[in-house]
Amino acid sequence: MSTILIIFCVLSAVTLATAFLTIFSRNPIHSAIYLVICFFSIAGHYLLLNSQFLAIVHIIVYSGAIMILFLFTIMLMNLNEEKEVHRPRITRLGAIVSFCLICLILIAIFINSKPIVGEYVTTGEDYQSIKVLGKVLLNEYMVPFEFASILLLVAMIGTVLLSKKEKLQK
Amino acid sequence: MNNILNHIGIENYIFLSVILFCIGVFGVLYRRNAIIVFMSIEIMLNAVNLLFVAFSTYHQDAQGQVFVFFSMAVAAAEVAVGLAILVSIFRNLGSITIDNLKNLKG
Repeated sequence: MSTILIIFCVLSAVTLATAFLTIFSRNPIHSAIYLVICFFSIAGHYLLLNSQFLAIVHIIVYSGAIMILFLFTIMLMNLNEEKEVHRPRITRLGAIVSFCLICLILIAIFINSKPIVGEYVTTGEDYQSIKVLGKVLLNEYMVPFEFASILLLVAMIGTVLLSKKEKLQK
Repeated sequence: MNNILNHIGIENYIFLSVILFCIGVFGVLYRRNAIIVFMSIEIMLNAVNLLFVAFSTYHQDAQGQVFVFFSMAVAAAEVAVGLAILVSIFRNLGSITIDNLKNLKG
């Protein structure tokens, strides 16, 4: 086993374990913390795949912005008591069975579908540095890039409107 | 240039993404707390993003990473709007258990 494979296995174990703990922990704040660890390990996967730009953006956007949003919402709702009523047992059993079935089917599909390129060849061409990504993003994907900014603006306006306190009209 | 996929192989990334996606689906089905359901949706999005980056490395093409960039922008917008909706639901109903949201049920 090479070193990289060991790093990959450890990162994958951390990712899967924290994802499970996110779902199973009773306290929503603990869930959010586990989700942060999960996102950091996914950023580690991106670094392992040598895409530094996406790793940094992932840490900034997910572990920074989104998790802060989650944590503030949890604190705003005062959900840190463990008062959640659980689903009936038959529903939980159904969830577990469907989880196993989806896993089985997807893994079976991907085991049977062999990759087209058997031997992996590297051309040595630079394709994922920030320079190349910026060129692709601002030449070929110029219009979607602008639409992403419009989407963020609309989301911001919508969020402000939605979370504003409504006045009672009487 | 020594590439990572020579050591690990694309199959391992596929299996990791599949299991992560299934955990997300499981979370949506298993929990009743709407915030945890949102977190599960984030896990699913991340599984797909991871597979995009792995195949971008596999095909040595930058477009997969650009698509992940857009999907992150959409995820940020989605979480902001979704959490605002959850806050207003909490103000009106007093809890965010998703079983309370049955008003549109026919």
